[in-house]
Amino acid sequence: MSNIKNGKGIIGWIDYRLPIFSTLQHTLVDYPTPKNLNYWWNFGSLAGIFLLIQIITGIVLAMHYTPSVEGAFASIEHIMRDVNYGWLIRYIHMNGASFFFIVVYIHIFRGLYYGSYKSPREVLWWLGLTILLLMMATAFMGYVLPWGQMSFWGATVITNLFSAVPIVGTAVVEWLWGGFAVDNALLNRFFALHYLFPFLIVGVVILHIVALHTHGSNNPLGIDRKGPQDSIPFHPYYTIKDLFGLSFVLTIFAAVVFYAPDYLGHPDNYIPADPLKTPAHIVPEWYFLPFYAILRAVPDKLGGVIAMISAILILFALPWLDTSKVRSATFRPIYKKFFWFLLIDVIILTWVGGSPAEGHFILIGRLATIYYFAHFIIFMPIIGIIETPKPLPNSISEAVLKKPIKDGT
Amino acid sequence: MENNSNDDKKSRRDFIHITSGVTVATGAAAVAWPLIDQMNPSADVLALASVEVDLEPLQPGQSISVLWRGKPLFIRRRTEEEISEARDIDLNTLKDPQLDEERVKNSNYLVMVGVCTHLGCVPLGQQGEYGGWFCPCHGSHYDTSGRIRKGPAPTNLEIPPYVFLNETTIKIG
Repeated sequence: MSNIKNGKGIIGWIDYRLPIFSTLQHTLVDYPTPKNLNYWWNFGSLAGIFLLIQIITGIVLAMHYTPSVEGAFASIEHIMRDVNYGWLIRYIHMNGASFFFIVVYIHIFRGLYYGSYKSPREVLWWLGLTILLLMMATAFMGYVLPWGQMSFWGATVITNLFSAVPIVGTAVVEWLWGGFAVDNALLNRFFALHYLFPFLIVGVVILHIVALHTHGSNNPLGIDRKGPQDSIPFHPYYTIKDLFGLSFVLTIFAAVVFYAPDYLGHPDNYIPADPLKTPAHIVPEWYFLPFYAILRAVPDKLGGVIAMISAILILFALPWLDTSKVRSATFRPIYKKFFWFLLIDVIILTWVGGSPAEGHFILIGRLATIYYFAHFIIFMPIIGIIETPKPLPNSISEAVLKKPIKDGT
Repeated sequence: MENNSNDDKKSRRDFIHITSGVTVATGAAAVAWPLIDQMNPSADVLALASVEVDLEPLQPGQSISVLWRGKPLFIRRRTEEEISEARDIDLNTLKDPQLDEERVKNSNYLVMVGVCTHLGCVPLGQQGEYGGWFCPCHGSHYDTSGRIRKGPAPTNLEIPPYVFLNETTIKIG
């Protein structure tokens, strides 16, 4: 590695002409990282690893899949029964999508708790939200590809959301469909886009990392680093911590893939698509349920669609809706409580989104939707003004060294 | 040479900038349009746009579903009660007011696109609070004329363009 800088050896020769090795050295080895990161900071690299798993298994699946309404369902069964290890690769891809969302949602809530969206990390936060939107589009299109009942009716309901647009709605939907209903044209374009979008995500991930490394990682104290004594190099300290965390997550992942591969899916998707018959309860994949609950909470078609989209778009404005100068919720006694209320609210929305839209679920869904928006529009600006934060430590080092040493070394 | 004054040069340069900008924008739009329009329904999809149905075997109270342009069509031979139920109502109570007479060509046969106007599910026949159709996805209730009565759907079930070729045969599309 010492050859990189002085231009000696093959690595040095290449790096003098294309600084690929020094860039990697800079971002993955030397990168000065706050010394006090906890395990909640593992989820960024975990998300990257699940993106990689999805791309690798996805490319392999595409080699055996047939994108046509006649062949799609059968080719999935062919993968499951005939292709060598096809069942394993498909189950990894199916559950990999769920785990990707789990780690990304935890990553986002970590950002909410520790104020990682605040200046100077607003663009970093936006890029992350852009990744989330691309992930949602990719996951939705991927779920359509097996051409089961849930694929077909999920595609129908979601593409019909665009018909809520005044005047041009119908034209837009027929343009998306390439016909007058969800059919072969849509399946083909979804396959093409499902293959493309992960690479767009990779592009935005690179920008996300560039933005991250511009001002460095936030940390559990939410205070800026004062000098080199507050940092440690990424390698080996955080590479080993990330790998240790990864081993736990992959163990859980393997348990799901091998012992409950269909737990997170819906059995109706093993029935071939039938355009004449809608399943009794259409439910999106679990990671869309909170947004689905918000869609259904509004008793108006266009209003529901606007509310659902706003639920994500409002996060883009978060750096300005949060009026507090203090980043970490550790020092914000009132906000800390509301963070947990928001988390509970999102869990309630998930539960309501997966339940039939009738009886008391309608009322609970509406209250939870109102609370969701109130959290961002009303509570966050007010809390920032009325709250008295606890005193912040002078530096990361000081806070870390103050901790009592427990193991007697 | 007054023509060579700075102001004049600026305006000539502006002219070049504007014309080249307009040329590039027009060219880009001309190239973009085929790439956008290729997503619209293709000629073969448009060609499949009509279907003929024989209504002879339908008895009062029976319905059939036919696939038209990839969508289900509901064709129902309505009973006398259903027809009178559809006609004896106050139009002001409807979300999307329309007379039953405007929705049928022959009052016995109701022909509709069987796609909920909310988000495109297929409603279930002879269910719901108004004895017509009920969409299980998000709970829209339609009456015996396929008009929206309750729930999130904004409009009545769509009536496709169709003609009676003779007493008991219709051509849809």
